[in-house]
Amino acid sequence: MSRPVRVSPQELRQTLIEAIVEVAPDVDPTTIDPCEDLAEQLALDSVDMLATLVSVNERTGIEIPERDYPKLATLDDAVAYLVHAAVRQVDAAARQEEDSSI
Amino acid sequence: MPSLGADMESGTLLEWRVKPGDVVKRGDIVAVVDTSKAEIEVEIFQDGTVEQLLVAEGTRVPVGTVLATLQTTSDESERAQAPSAPPPPTEGPSAERPRVSPVARRAAERLGVDITSLHGSGPNGAITLADVQGTAGSTQAARAVKPDEAPAPSVAADRQAAMRQAIGALMARSKKEIPHYYLQSTIDLSGALEWLGKANETRPMSERLLPAALLLSATAKAAKEAPAMNGFWRSDAFQPAEHVHLGVAVSLRGGGLVAPAIRDADRKSVDELMASLNDLVRRARVGVLRSSEMFDPTITVTNLGDLGAEVVHGVIYPPQVALVGFGAVGERPWAHSGMLGVRPLVTVTLAGDHRVSDGAEGSRVLALGGRYRQRPEEREK
Amino acid sequence: MRSTATTITYRDAIRESIREAMLADERVFLMGEDVGAYGGCFGVSRGVFEELGPERIRDTPMSESAFVGAGIGAAMAGARPIVEVMTVNFCLLALDQIMNNAATLSHMSGGQFCVPLVIRMATGAGRQVAAQHSHSLEGWLAHIPGLKLLAPATVQDARYMLAPALADPNPVLIFEHASLYNAEDQIPTTPATLDIGGAALRRTGADLTLIAYGGTVPTALVAAEQLSSEGVEAEVLDLRVLRPLDEHTILESVARTHRAVIVDEAWRSGSLAAEVSARIMEGAFYELDAPVARVGSAEVPIPYAGHLEQAALPQAQDIVAAANEMIGAAGV
Repeated sequence: MSRPVRVSPQELRQTLIEAIVEVAPDVDPTTIDPCEDLAEQLALDSVDMLATLVSVNERTGIEIPERDYPKLATLDDAVAYLVHAAVRQVDAAARQEEDSSI
Repeated sequence: MPSLGADMESGTLLEWRVKPGDVVKRGDIVAVVDTSKAEIEVEIFQDGTVEQLLVAEGTRVPVGTVLATLQTTSDESERAQAPSAPPPPTEGPSAERPRVSPVARRAAERLGVDITSLHGSGPNGAITLADVQGTAGSTQAARAVKPDEAPAPSVAADRQAAMRQAIGALMARSKKEIPHYYLQSTIDLSGALEWLGKANETRPMSERLLPAALLLSATAKAAKEAPAMNGFWRSDAFQPAEHVHLGVAVSLRGGGLVAPAIRDADRKSVDELMASLNDLVRRARVGVLRSSEMFDPTITVTNLGDLGAEVVHGVIYPPQVALVGFGAVGERPWAHSGMLGVRPLVTVTLAGDHRVSDGAEGSRVLALGGRYRQRPEEREK
Repeated sequence: MRSTATTITYRDAIRESIREAMLADERVFLMGEDVGAYGGCFGVSRGVFEELGPERIRDTPMSESAFVGAGIGAAMAGARPIVEVMTVNFCLLALDQIMNNAATLSHMSGGQFCVPLVIRMATGAGRQVAAQHSHSLEGWLAHIPGLKLLAPATVQDARYMLAPALADPNPVLIFEHASLYNAEDQIPTTPATLDIGGAALRRTGADLTLIAYGGTVPTALVAAEQLSSEGVEAEVLDLRVLRPLDEHTILESVARTHRAVIVDEAWRSGSLAAEVSARIMEGAFYELDAPVARVGSAEVPIPYAGHLEQAALPQAQDIVAAANEMIGAAGV
């Protein structure tokens, strides 16, 4: 049975950028340094960061526990985290499906 | 044109959200106005039917200009100003007609100031313009800092300049008029953050709390119990406020800041405050606030957040009499029970108005706030 | 064109303006009591007689009615007379000519005649010349339609108001405050404008407007300086043109400061100050933060004795007191 990978890293990166621009409309996405701390380089405070992550959650369904917030500090880190989280979630869903089909 | 801040002289009507014949009810957004600081959604104060729009989109008019007329439902023939400032309480048959100068009377109507509550500083106790503006005794200071000509901020750069000018004027007035005193104290947030972490574990992402919500909540509760910090300095006298409308200084992307109010913050739960904060910050960032939020906060909080400096000594927003500042929450060494440990700490400061309160009173407020901050669960019960 | 400056007295400035006008236009002549060989009661025309001769500088008999009437006739016939009346007190002798002829003939003739006449006269007190030489009756004359009234308060206005007054097709009265003749100031030799259109701000300030004209302008400026040292910034408005009043500039200033004190050397009853006050009520009532105040002379004939004369006249401290009272207990 083939596992449907619903989100690619490119798509996740795009989703994250869209969420950032929603919170901070003046940000030019092409200027974001993927290795620099997002909050620092874009002057996003905790309310902005939370809003961004909530937006990502709403767009992708990926759950991000609060203790993991530091793992999403840079754009690259965040995309990597989201890819793994997405795969985990898809795996879990697939397992559930298999379990229920037995 | 409503006054959407102590420093607002005029505003540009950007957009009408209603047209003649529309039925509106109190609280509906009827227009969008550009102050020099932000785009504000203007709410209406009365139920009725929009009769006539008097100001065209894109027009800049002084505060107090009638924007539209409204046919009120209570009295079809009455023409009400829309949107208007809250009407002054109807005066009963008074023994003596107060002496009010014509320009003061006009300004009071425009700003929604209740003339009967003012103390006249003019000849023979007449109420003057300065009394209405709450600047008696410092006309010059107030006049000196008014921008001479408010430029029409048609483009972002103009608005930036105008906002900088407006902020400068208000802060200069504050520093000239208000004898500030400053207190600071450092608070161990480990208990609060532990409680917060646990609370957030079980919450969906969109309902999670930030430490800022706890800080706002604690400030609102403390302000409620410290009347000398919560209110306005007007007409050479302090007027305590009954409720806590908590001004939240929000920095705008691209520079500048606004301080919209969370109304009745003392009666809101932490969850409600968090929701208000999210909503406020989100809309402030994209530059759309509501007129009711721009009405006078009774005390303001400035929170430099996780990226900010450790300590902030703020400037009070006239006519308020206190400002609470929070530095960045961060892990720092902390002595506790004879042991040195690493704990999340925040430094809270209070800028107080010496005309109203003294350091001892201010210290009690900080202590009170600290108690709430350290044990949020206690007050959540 | 290069503009340079020169230092000159008010008296010499008027003399220069007369010389200039006479040299520029042969229709212009000066007449009045003792204006020729004697050089004028206040020395304004001293030396001009020698330069331009008795045809252009004409001494007249002591009959204001006669020589003002002659001036009106000359103006109607195409000349451009400058008539000097020694003081405004004496112009009452010529009031019939001024009011019933000069001010009305254009109207009475259906525009067939105009009266391009300039009457200069000294006005005001302060020189101990007693009650028959010291009054300020500008307000009476300002009542009359058909006249234009100018009150130069600065050396520059003394120098440059005559030319536009002569160019005006209607009778123009110029009031020279006798206490100003010795005032000295540096003025441009080629002024930017020669307007006699309206009032001028001599000082800016946010807290109140002092409205003055002629001899009270310097007094108001002194008062404004004193107020400034007490933390009150006064705007000083020099009316310059007493009829027609520059209502626009007056109302504009009051709209800025919300308070007005009118300083007028005349008696307050029925005065020009009363008129200005009424205009402010009519046009700027809703801008006022306090009732308009007036500072004028005591309602007595101007006394001869020096200390009594000074006591009767509006002084800088009277203006300061009126301003402070208006601002109220709280100060500004």
